[in-house]
Amino acid sequence: MKSELHFDAVVIGAGTAGLVAGTRLAETGASVCVLAKGVGSTHLAPGTVDVLGYAPERVEEPGRAVGELIAARPDHPYALIGLEAIGESLAWFAERVADGPLPGYRYVGGLERNHLLPTAVGAVRPSALVPETMAGADLRSGDAVCIVGSRMLRDFHAALCAANLGKAGFEARSVEVAFEADRADQSSLGLARRFDDAAWRAAFAAQLAPLLKPGERVGLPAVLGLTDPHGVWSDLEQRLGRQVFEIPTLPPSVPGIRLFEVLRAALRRNGGRLVLGSEVVGADRADGRLVAVSGHASGRDVRYVAPSFVLASGGFASGAIELASDWITRDTVLGLAVRGEPPRGEPRFVNEYLTEQPMARVGVAVDSRLRAEGAENVAVAGATLPGAVPWRELSGEGIAISSGFRAASTLLSTAAAGAAA
Amino acid sequence: MSADVDILQNLLRAEELRGSLDHCVKCTICETQCPVSNVTPLFPGPKYAGPQAERYRVFDEPTDESSVDYCSGCGICTQVCPQGVKIAEINAQARNKIKRRHGVPLRDRIITRPTWLGRLGTPVAPLANLSLRLRPFRILAEKVLKVHRDAPAPAFAGRRFSRWAHKRTSPKTGRKIVYFHGCGTEYYEPWEGEKVVAILEHNGFEVVVPKQDCCGLPLQSSGLFDDARKVVLRLARALAQHVHDDDTIIVGNATSCTVMLKREAREILALEHDPDLKLVSERVYDICELLVELHDRGELKTDFKPIEEHIAYHAPCQQQGHWVGKPALDLFALIPGLQVDEMTARCCGIAGTYGLKLEKYAISMDVGRSLFDQIDASGAAEVACDSETCRWQITHGTKRKSVHPIDYLHRAYGLDG
Repeated sequence: MKSELHFDAVVIGAGTAGLVAGTRLAETGASVCVLAKGVGSTHLAPGTVDVLGYAPERVEEPGRAVGELIAARPDHPYALIGLEAIGESLAWFAERVADGPLPGYRYVGGLERNHLLPTAVGAVRPSALVPETMAGADLRSGDAVCIVGSRMLRDFHAALCAANLGKAGFEARSVEVAFEADRADQSSLGLARRFDDAAWRAAFAAQLAPLLKPGERVGLPAVLGLTDPHGVWSDLEQRLGRQVFEIPTLPPSVPGIRLFEVLRAALRRNGGRLVLGSEVVGADRADGRLVAVSGHASGRDVRYVAPSFVLASGGFASGAIELASDWITRDTVLGLAVRGEPPRGEPRFVNEYLTEQPMARVGVAVDSRLRAEGAENVAVAGATLPGAVPWRELSGEGIAISSGFRAASTLLSTAAAGAAA
Repeated sequence: MSADVDILQNLLRAEELRGSLDHCVKCTICETQCPVSNVTPLFPGPKYAGPQAERYRVFDEPTDESSVDYCSGCGICTQVCPQGVKIAEINAQARNKIKRRHGVPLRDRIITRPTWLGRLGTPVAPLANLSLRLRPFRILAEKVLKVHRDAPAPAFAGRRFSRWAHKRTSPKTGRKIVYFHGCGTEYYEPWEGEKVVAILEHNGFEVVVPKQDCCGLPLQSSGLFDDARKVVLRLARALAQHVHDDDTIIVGNATSCTVMLKREAREILALEHDPDLKLVSERVYDICELLVELHDRGELKTDFKPIEEHIAYHAPCQQQGHWVGKPALDLFALIPGLQVDEMTARCCGIAGTYGLKLEKYAISMDVGRSLFDQIDASGAAEVACDSETCRWQITHGTKRKSVHPIDYLHRAYGLDG
């Protein structure tokens, strides 16, 4: 017996884009299976929704800047998605967070104005839609900030963060506290679990309160709870009698894990299936369509058959796009055509490490509705799309959410058209 | 010649498994999911003990790094790794190296032998069960054997499933299916096997129950690889005799044992070359996985009567190691009236024999805490779970009855009375 399962839609990838697309499809009553090699980028990213941070100068009003980008760069994913759908998708996302498993937790902001948030090293980072627990960090407001760190949380250096903020012209200082007396080190995740405990949190607040000066805001690493971040954050603000905010840490990212849990819960609530640990290892294509994919499983692979697919497997970072030693760029998941490579004869890489690499815009070639070239029933979303340089533009989650949303729209309208015919 | 090629291929595959560590980008996703390192500093986490420490485990040279013994072998790290690093498998092999160097405690030689224990305990079940519940006996067992006095100990059923199965004949429908029942069903919960048989026969299968034994998973997870190989290959030979063609299905209800046959024995014990094991592993199904696939093909009977109950469902780590999602939930959705809360906490903590061990019992209970709390919060009266040792741990941790998902199908089919 060959292992085979049928769904209305199969989504490849469980990062933000895949989970958004899968959830949106499942919400319409479609049977959906999200298939992923492993957990995606959510656990590594800061958990903010950066729509457009640099273009190339720092962006104040992301809505307006995206409009200009769309006009100037027709090959950019945003140009295919459109400003209206981007706004719609962000509102949809914010609703899912508000209705999600984390009571009271919400995202604030939108396309009107970027927040200006400090990073763990004290750089400033523009972001459009952010967890409420980070919004208080906005550096454009006048209050001085006190960054709180601990030796036990490696990779978060409060003094460095405060010093760099100071150099950028913001009033900032740092204090060190022992989060946990009985341990030499702890991960951000371990600390987040501690913060979920009310008694532990009260003791922490009592330890921190005397170190603070009047009128200061408090910046903590993003460890304010996993199961009830809204409760943890509000409780700390109340106990300390001042604004408290989170600063994203190096991975693991607690706000990113929350985002994953919100989207996972939304998918499951609508009956979507999530299969982790199953890499797509084969694809059946016929007549310009994808018929089925093979998901690697223990013992034997499983054939997932569907009329519609979403490819949200990521880009170079996830291994879904590869430049092999033969100097040919490939989509390693479905073998679809790619676009965005530098023209022949042009350099693919430049020597400056931190500058934009010519190869960075490569992705799976799509039409104006995000359908893959050569496979009309495959919609592409997220970092798999060509034309963007998310780490430089600060546009990763904005593209992920809006393209995941748009990919679902495309498949839904195609399915509706098919049903009508 | 072909034997040499097989050995060479086997070596290559083993090297491929170890070589997967080069794909580790230190993203820490495994660390966020590891049930053990999230509750104890004794295990520094899958990334540290796996891809990082492995670089220092050169051939059989000595290493002071022994924290990997605290890995419970649940396999979640491998499941969630976005880069395809075989973290749990690398760690299992590292545990074996520690055991080879430092020796194997007597306890690990005993509790990893469900067949010996079952054969000893079954004829004297009332006495054995009484002893397992007597405090002085458990304290003695803790002192002598280092098995924690409070660890969940299942009761011997006093009868063996295979005796029941071999006394009866499955109706001859011509559609044969091979049933691998495992040791839990054989010695502790024979009624689960009877339900599996009833459900399969209800769906038109002729159930064949070969003479069989342990799959070797307890030995493997305690690092006793040589013994585990002997045991699993003996089982593979026994099952392979019943494989006639590509359509032969071998089905099991012990989800950790079916994943052992499917993949872990081949990868962790480096038995990729064994033809019988290969033949078997490609045909093994977990019962819920099989029933969902039958349903997809329109071949599952759906004459389910309503069950107006509210239950919690925990997918055990080993079930997740099949990499097919959570088929039990799809089956529950077919039963009218059944309200199911999916638990999202990762692990119950027991990990087979891990939580029985004196030095690991407290860790296993700490691991299980978030699941126990979630079950309590759900308000569900019963907990469905695909693995027997996990069910015993869940009952131990929540004082709730815990049964295999197929129990609800059995009832909904009206096969229970």
